[in-house]
Amino acid sequence: MVTAEQVWHALAEIPDPEIPVISLVDLGVVKDVHVDGVSVRVEFTPTFLGCPALEVMRDAMAEKVRALGAEPHVDVVLDDSWSTDRITPQGREKLRASGFAPPSPRQAQPLQLVELQRGFRCPYCGSTDTTLENLFGPTPCRSVRYCNACRQPFEQFKTI
Amino acid sequence: MSERALLLLEYADDELILGWRDSEWTGIAPSLEEDVAFSSIAQNEIGHARALYELAARDLGTTADDLAFDRDPAEYRCAQLVELRKLDWAHTIARHWLYETADELRLAALKDSDDEEVAGLAAKMDREEVYHRLHARMWADRLRDEPRFQEAVVGLWPYAAGVLPEELRESFMDIVPGPGPGTGPVERGVHSDELRPLWEEMTMVRRSIAGATW
Repeated sequence: MVTAEQVWHALAEIPDPEIPVISLVDLGVVKDVHVDGVSVRVEFTPTFLGCPALEVMRDAMAEKVRALGAEPHVDVVLDDSWSTDRITPQGREKLRASGFAPPSPRQAQPLQLVELQRGFRCPYCGSTDTTLENLFGPTPCRSVRYCNACRQPFEQFKTI
Repeated sequence: MSERALLLLEYADDELILGWRDSEWTGIAPSLEEDVAFSSIAQNEIGHARALYELAARDLGTTADDLAFDRDPAEYRCAQLVELRKLDWAHTIARHWLYETADELRLAALKDSDDEEVAGLAAKMDREEVYHRLHARMWADRLRDEPRFQEAVVGLWPYAAGVLPEELRESFMDIVPGPGPGTGPVERGVHSDELRPLWEEMTMVRRSIAGATW
């Protein structure tokens, strides 16, 4: 019979479909795993509601559970439990190593444009002489920034 | 239909149709950065519509896709603000700013709802909407003194007020004063002529082969 630990382990092998350097467990989207005999229920919290990778993630999780010989039930939880603070420290490091600036921690007060315009650290050269080019980017979770020091555009994971 | 299902449908329809209108800027916005911004905002709004339709679909015993695409245009519950085809930058920014201002009030009220599912989803949507508001305000600040933008805000105000239920309109008027006596909100329930052409395009592929799965 499968254990919750085995399920967590298997889910940690699934890469994010859009940013494959980070796993779904590092991304923090697996809220909980419940094992009841051969039935495994995975509570999955989407990152951004408009993310086109949601179905791919859900199907990949079901596939992994099935490969363990269990019956998967992946419940999409549309509540407020996911935030970018749930990305693990290892996940943040993997993002940075592959050229994505990780999200800044959430603040209690609402985000202001001026905070986003200040110099976030460039994931390539480490300079903080960077500017915000666009609040929006190629996927819902990313903003586009530019490093004035190494002249490299880079993407930043939005804080939500 | 329950009050909850109706509320979810109104909101989902607003977000779906606005997402469609926003997506019309893809490829033709005044700058490449705005192409990206409006396309991304459109994607978020349609994602919010999907989540809202999913909650409504569970109550109504149907699916999110059926609600989004298989109803007749007359059955949609969206406000007229989101239906209008405004391929003019001043009106687009005016609508964006007015909608986000109204939507912030609507989300704040829903986050306080006793219905935990609705409150939880509203809180999640609100986190994403923060970026839409920053974008809308940045543009509204930039265009504030432009007569074309000012006229667009005045012209669209009655439509924007119509997005909100009665009890939130006073708070909206505190932020964006109305144009004056004689101009009331354009209420939901009646559609502009511009919804049907949008609906025909939006549902064209789905209607082409009934019951097909993709």
